[in-house]
Amino acid sequence: MNMKVDLCGVTLKNPVMTASGTFGSGEEYSQFVDLNKLGAVVTKGVANVPWEGNPTPRVAEVYGGMLNAIGLQNPGIDLFLKRDIPFLKQFDTKIIVNVCGHTTEEYVEVVERLAHEPVDMLEINISCPNVREGGIAFGQDPKMVEEITREIKKYAAQPVIMKLSPNVTDIAEMAKAAEAGGADALSLINTLTGMKIDIDRRRFVLANKTGGMSGPAVHPVAVRMVYQAAQAVQIPIIGMGGIMNAEDAIEMILAGATAISVGTANFTNPKATEEIVDGIAAYMEKYQVNDIRELVGAVH
Amino acid sequence: MQIKFEKTADIINQDKLAEGIYSMWLSVGEMASYAKAGQFLSVYSRDGSRILPRPISICEIDREKNAIRLVYRVVGKGTAEFSAMEAGMQLKVLGPLGNGFTKRDKKAFLIGGGIGIPPMLQLARELDCEKQMVLGFRDELFLMEEFEKQGAVYVATEDGSAGTKGNVLDAIREHGLTADVMYACGPAPMLKALKAYAAEHGIECWISMEERMACGVGACLACVCRSSEKDDHSNVNYKRICKEGPVFLAEEVRFE
Repeated sequence: MNMKVDLCGVTLKNPVMTASGTFGSGEEYSQFVDLNKLGAVVTKGVANVPWEGNPTPRVAEVYGGMLNAIGLQNPGIDLFLKRDIPFLKQFDTKIIVNVCGHTTEEYVEVVERLAHEPVDMLEINISCPNVREGGIAFGQDPKMVEEITREIKKYAAQPVIMKLSPNVTDIAEMAKAAEAGGADALSLINTLTGMKIDIDRRRFVLANKTGGMSGPAVHPVAVRMVYQAAQAVQIPIIGMGGIMNAEDAIEMILAGATAISVGTANFTNPKATEEIVDGIAAYMEKYQVNDIRELVGAVH
Repeated sequence: MQIKFEKTADIINQDKLAEGIYSMWLSVGEMASYAKAGQFLSVYSRDGSRILPRPISICEIDREKNAIRLVYRVVGKGTAEFSAMEAGMQLKVLGPLGNGFTKRDKKAFLIGGGIGIPPMLQLARELDCEKQMVLGFRDELFLMEEFEKQGAVYVATEDGSAGTKGNVLDAIREHGLTADVMYACGPAPMLKALKAYAAEHGIECWISMEERMACGVGACLACVCRSSEKDDHSNVNYKRICKEGPVFLAEEVRFE
């Protein structure tokens, strides 16, 4: 039984990865999950300098999901390279670094710093709903998506994954724009912009007022968008959005995802990623699927 | 790395202590021998629509029976779900989480406000020194019998129905109490006031912070608090309450 997948020339031992921002750089979860069993660890977004992020409260639970407005707090690339990369290098898994910035120059600076590091791929976050400049501002205009992708590709030593926002009218258009700019793969979906109001205090629950919604309630939206994007482009897609278990992961793969990322599920079950790897294997056994690649986009 | 256990725990018993305040003893296995005062457990809902664990402080630890007691307030649907559960039912928990109190061997204030009161009980049991427990309730008292076994207890209530009318600082002033170290858990305005009081009186002050959490293990950066100095891990002026905390030296924390 083959669970290996090829993602723009990088071979993952299985299609299960972590979703950026939910797993740190793996250290906190390494007590619950054998990182060697994961296809890849995708780090929390890192910028050229440390970012403070948003004021608290930064999270709120909603029915079947949660809102977050962390605001991309991160220690900056210097400390990240000194501490997080050496930690991840101890494990037999692929390292995908999520990159964030306010401007094209900031993204490029991080991408250049990563060029000579033992990093397998870059995931470019142009879809964070919680920072005003950069982030989602890049991800909602197809011209800007194409431009920033092209610019980053000039400097990137590793394959470039563009992480797309679901807060758009036409996801296929965004997927095509990233492909036209030279993206090697796509990640989708980032979170859906939401809001929660405390009716007793008549106040916003999140200090940022709005936050990105994730969790099982967004999964059907994510499956639809992955399907639409997969129909629109040739490059591989990493599907994510509310994957809680192996069934959800397989649904995403059938919709057209070559690999999948597990995010919010880590909060509900710290062992979620590893259990999903095992669950996919069990599904393959049950349906006598010899190669996981047979399942990619196999919905009809 | 601090050892943590994920455990499907049996509920040994559950009691209502006061309006909206519940006490639950959980059989947690070896987790009990690693847990200490000031740490907390993540308690998971059994309802799939509630995806985040509820962080609940440890009220008591029974290492012989491998049990942990949680005393919590019903504040929403998740805690309401827990409060409706009975002995023999099971709950998934993760812990022990957070750093816990640093224990000093000097004359101490143990100060709890509202649902910040329960963690002071285990701390009182672990401290072997002169202890003055100053407890601030909204109205109805709870855990009084247990605290009275540990030393001198001073009560403040918002409505004046018991003890000093007012807050914990009013009780301290009314009784003219002094101490060399202070441990406190409660709402942020109380902790802020205690930090100022401790600084003024030269009291070493440890505060246990609270914030909305998601992962509970330090990965997601949801439950941070402002720190006076740049934090080693975050590289900015924020510390993770679930990981570096929930207990901090008051000087380490900056209240906005």
